[in-house]
Amino acid sequence: MLDGDFALKMRKFYALLAREVRGYFHSPIAYIVLVFFLLVSGVDFYFQVSFMNQRPASYTVQEAFFNSVFFWFAFVLIFPLITMRLFSEEFKLGTIEPLMTAPVRDLQVVLAKFLGALVFYIVLWIPTLLYFAIFQKITHESAANSIGAYWGSYLMLLLLGMFYLSVGCLASVVTKNQIVAAIISFCAITLLFFLGLVQFILLDVSSGMRDALGYFSAIEHMGTYSRGIIDTRPIVLYLSMTVFMLALTYQAFQSRKWRL
Amino acid sequence: MIKVKNLTKRYAGQTAIRDLNFEVGRGEIMGFLGPNGAGKTTTMRILAGFMPATSGRASIAGFDVFEQSLQARSRLGYMPENVPLYNDMRVTEYLDYRATLKGVPHRRVGERVGDVKELCGLGEVERKLIGTLSKGYRQRVGLADALISEPDLLILDEPTIGLDPNQIRQVRELIKNLGKQHTILLSTHILPEVEMTCSRVIIIHKGRIEACDTPENLLNQIRQASGVVIEAKTGDDDGAEELKKISGVREVMIDQADGWQIFSLRVESGLDVREEIFRLAAARKWTLRELSQRRATLEDVFVEITHSNQIGLE
Repeated sequence: MLDGDFALKMRKFYALLAREVRGYFHSPIAYIVLVFFLLVSGVDFYFQVSFMNQRPASYTVQEAFFNSVFFWFAFVLIFPLITMRLFSEEFKLGTIEPLMTAPVRDLQVVLAKFLGALVFYIVLWIPTLLYFAIFQKITHESAANSIGAYWGSYLMLLLLGMFYLSVGCLASVVTKNQIVAAIISFCAITLLFFLGLVQFILLDVSSGMRDALGYFSAIEHMGTYSRGIIDTRPIVLYLSMTVFMLALTYQAFQSRKWRL
Repeated sequence: MIKVKNLTKRYAGQTAIRDLNFEVGRGEIMGFLGPNGAGKTTTMRILAGFMPATSGRASIAGFDVFEQSLQARSRLGYMPENVPLYNDMRVTEYLDYRATLKGVPHRRVGERVGDVKELCGLGEVERKLIGTLSKGYRQRVGLADALISEPDLLILDEPTIGLDPNQIRQVRELIKNLGKQHTILLSTHILPEVEMTCSRVIIIHKGRIEACDTPENLLNQIRQASGVVIEAKTGDDDGAEELKKISGVREVMIDQADGWQIFSLRVESGLDVREEIFRLAAARKWTLRELSQRRATLEDVFVEITHSNQIGLE
């Protein structure tokens, strides 16, 4: 009986998730984001390679790709675009009413929306693997020092992605206006991102302070991970922050009943 | 099936419904009437588990709509006002999705989706995007969605709004047939529809229940129960005076149209005075062009209750 109950829950969850993922590919936003992102990351890759062609470098193509300004520029921009519609659209269209009067739990809906965004985010990154494959095919050189460097970079992408997507979920659940949701999440993610840069600007703070800020630095984390060094501290940080943001999203989502 | 006790809902400073008490039994078709803003949608949303009440209790099939929301929700099919739908999905795809969400067993999903598509006449548009459908078809998709899990209870918020007369007739027939197996609570503005389909009616006004009875009883209760309209040429006679002498006639109003006099009579309910009027006209040699009885409709009940509050209808 319990097994049947669990299977039913999973079936409902899968239906919700499938609807979220399909929702992305039914809307033009998905394709705009895909094209924009592949364009920027492709140009980034091209520049890094041609730049390294001109002079000797102490880093690999793969490290350069994941640590360039281009990369971060595109990276911060995609999250508001991915997450802005999640809840806001349902509130705006009123489809939240049939959704929440069906026998589904609030938590199922929140998790399905988050995972749906995550699936789209992962789909976004898969083509970038091709860049490295093509590079190796043409140059017969390795783009990275070791396989571990790839694992590290993509693991960090996943961790950062989960955290920033959960921030976007929270932004989307508080408003029925997609633009407002996008602006909130853009501001929040940019702030979080630049928090890690403060250590380079505030030169006269104590070294302890600088270290503390460094713990939040996405750039620093990516720097370490893209060399293939898997530090457990960012894993704990990003996973716990993701859970925290999703818990806030869940609370905010439930509170809609009382605000009506 | 539905039990509502002292249900009250307050929005910021405003009371949408206050102290509602009613019950809907298994197999009943309950009509929910009231002017716009009377609290119909609020009540239905609370019953459907979409929002909690400020105070009071409501239960569906014995499950509290707030405490045991999931069980209550899995026993009802709800069709919200204006039928919000995902415009980017196709009809069959949407119904498949809804069937799964509502826990229809996997092997029965195809069968159920086929059944409701046939029942609601969605066969021609099954492959279309919902966003491209006309209002009438959207309405039917909403109804199909409410029916898909074969719920014991259907809550339909204005199921016929925006439909053309043919579609309204179809939906009315559909609801009547559904009433044989399901309990139905429906709200509407179309009063003849209620008279034809509902076994009981609740009239709600300014958040309170003003009347709750069968349509027949409501009709018997109102003041201007029935009337007679006469068009005649009475010659030199004072028609109104003569007509007033007939027992049971309470009031006579006169109007003129192209040389004919039109008398509108208010008559005590349950009386048919047409025969006497005919005899009177024959004796006085009046020329009659029309002699007809006007039956009171639910519309009269509705207007009487919601326009003037001086008459108690208990």
